[in-house]
Amino acid sequence: MDLIPGSSSMCDNMVACSIKAPVSLQIGNMFTDAANLGVLVIDAVSPECTSFNLQEISFKNNYTAFLMVRLHKQDPNSPGNVKWVTCLRNYQLMPCPHTEEGAQDYFSISRQQMLIEPDNITAVRLILRPAFSVWLNFGLEDIRISETGKEDSEKTLPSWLSSLTPVGQAPKCQNAIPDPDKISSSIQQMWALTEVMQSSKTTARVGRFDVDGCYDINLLSYT
Amino acid sequence: MDEGTELSSTIAQIVHKLSGSQLHFQMERQAKECLNHPSVQLETLKEDVKQYLRKSGWEKKLQNAVYQELNMIHTSGNPIAPPEHIKEPLTYMRKAQASWEKRILKSLNSMCTELSIPLSRKRPINEQKELLTKWNEMGTDEPDLSHFRPVYAPKDFLEVLINLRNPNFDNSDQPSATSHWGLIQVPLRVKDLSELREFFSELSLGYGQLGIEESSQVPQDIFENEHARIGRKVLADQDSAAAEQYIRQGSPTELRAELWGLILNVTSDPEDIMYYEQLTTSVIQHDLLVDNLFYKDVKLTASNDDYYFVFEDFLYQVLLCFSRDTTVLEHFKYNSATPPKSYIRGNLGIEEFAVVYPPNGVIPFHGFSMYVAPLCFLYNEPPRLYSVFREMYMRYFFRLHSISSSSSGIVSLCLQFETLLQTHLPQLFYHLHEISAQPLRIAFKWMVRVFSGYLATDQLLLLWDRILGYNSLEIIAVLAAAVFAFRAENLMEVTSLAAAEAVLADLSTLKVIPLLQIFLFATVT
Repeated sequence: MDLIPGSSSMCDNMVACSIKAPVSLQIGNMFTDAANLGVLVIDAVSPECTSFNLQEISFKNNYTAFLMVRLHKQDPNSPGNVKWVTCLRNYQLMPCPHTEEGAQDYFSISRQQMLIEPDNITAVRLILRPAFSVWLNFGLEDIRISETGKEDSEKTLPSWLSSLTPVGQAPKCQNAIPDPDKISSSIQQMWALTEVMQSSKTTARVGRFDVDGCYDINLLSYT
Repeated sequence: MDEGTELSSTIAQIVHKLSGSQLHFQMERQAKECLNHPSVQLETLKEDVKQYLRKSGWEKKLQNAVYQELNMIHTSGNPIAPPEHIKEPLTYMRKAQASWEKRILKSLNSMCTELSIPLSRKRPINEQKELLTKWNEMGTDEPDLSHFRPVYAPKDFLEVLINLRNPNFDNSDQPSATSHWGLIQVPLRVKDLSELREFFSELSLGYGQLGIEESSQVPQDIFENEHARIGRKVLADQDSAAAEQYIRQGSPTELRAELWGLILNVTSDPEDIMYYEQLTTSVIQHDLLVDNLFYKDVKLTASNDDYYFVFEDFLYQVLLCFSRDTTVLEHFKYNSATPPKSYIRGNLGIEEFAVVYPPNGVIPFHGFSMYVAPLCFLYNEPPRLYSVFREMYMRYFFRLHSISSSSSGIVSLCLQFETLLQTHLPQLFYHLHEISAQPLRIAFKWMVRVFSGYLATDQLLLLWDRILGYNSLEIIAVLAAAVFAFRAENLMEVTSLAAAEAVLADLSTLKVIPLLQIFLFATVT
């Protein structure tokens, strides 16, 4: 699928955090107590410990069942006062721990989903809990952290996509199929914008499979 | 990602998809034309144009097109997910599919080398003329195909699925609470009986159904008349979503062709007919090796079938056109498979000469033509038959021969079938397991062919009604389990795989809807 510019809100405001290697924490003996899987902790620290306002954390899951996120947050009134606060508790990544559902899916957690305002952050701590002892390894990959955009920043396409459905009023997407009436009314608004999209790229098909009228082939290529 | 973002991303995808479509241009033309209409005022231009499009039925067409796209979207649609993740989210499944494809490529290449024939060549003019004259009677041709063999058969594919393992899963031999006794050993999520009951709620005993002899609720003939009346209303309204809901209770025979066309959003505009003619021209111009595989397959399957042999000529036409249709390539965006690649002769490795082979990217296997055969009962004009088949393939059938974790994918269907049997008929499952007659070895071929060629045609069409109605292939796993349940007594007495196969050899007398209803709703759990 072609990614549509502007459909992801986090591309242009990435924070160049240094993501540290996961640290495994465990109580008891991991060799004698197989059921005790412990947790993994991944720290992401902002460059030179400068503070930023967190917009979104996105990553690819790898067999982690639950995620907890803590933030190293500065008090804006007294910058010296820094403490760890929990902004996301037991966020479920794998709905059924015995099966693969969600096991390698991509997730984005936006600031609206967090328990506190994630502003003035210097570090993010991800605490990962495994699903079940049948999975040999777990972790998170491709962790990306973005900060909120500047007020005057200009984007190639406005965030009209997300403004169509204000958070909190999002219709229930049962079986991933939203209400067709709502979609159709949204489509009306967006129809004019298709012109913009079209000028950037068309999906019209050509339907030719030959090269200059020739389609003589001997063998298939393995690469 | 919250639902709002997800919805926005879905909308963006659909707008992007439709923006280059024929429908877009048609609507744009209509909107321009309506400006001359006296009811359109400059002050209320936007509203008037909208009103016009609504009244002239274009809004409905747009709605159906959007609904069609929605039905194709199976992923959660996180915008940061790369294309390969949309094809298949699990890495080991993607790898397994890639190595299976490599085997197919090798097999096809070695066939070319052994027989010293190219994959594709341009037909000389006289050959083109000859083919054109016998286009409607290709079945009378009896070329020597004894050297050709199907690239693979369902049982080869089953072996691949049996050996599929998740490397991150503790596959130790010690039995535990999570051990699975069946052949499929991957821990995918499948529905349990109560979830299936909820999902297929319209099949429950409280609803009227086409495909049953009598019902306890309403006399069957009264229901059938009423249902047909509603069906005509649904058709008059031209609403895909309504048709999809309606067909969950079955389609009256006389309305089926139209209803399926509406659900699949298949049109018969002059453009569609012209497109089909273009495809036939491509068939006339180029001779492909896969054509021989299709010929062979039709001869081995449909031509030997009491129901389908009459459609032999239709099948050749549709299948050969299908192989030349590059719009089929679209489905590789959400199919775990990747189309085979090649280079025009003499230009190996030069990217400008890279092509997909065959042009639609689909290599046929033994039994492929059975996906088309039942549709011949519904459509007698080849262009329409073709469009419906292509849509069915791009929505459902491709999932039956690619390795993926989709709930309609063949791996999930196999696991669904085995899990249902193991959970609800444990004695039967254990017995068959003990005599090395694994149920999946028998049921696999039914599922890969969506029961085509196994059930009586009227029953098969009633089953396919439900596939379209629920937009899911899961019903075929349930039916496979229901067939075992129905023959459980006989199966408990057999002592070998051959004997079990004999018990289940003839499914042509089965009535699918009562079987499904009994298994789903009358089983004590």
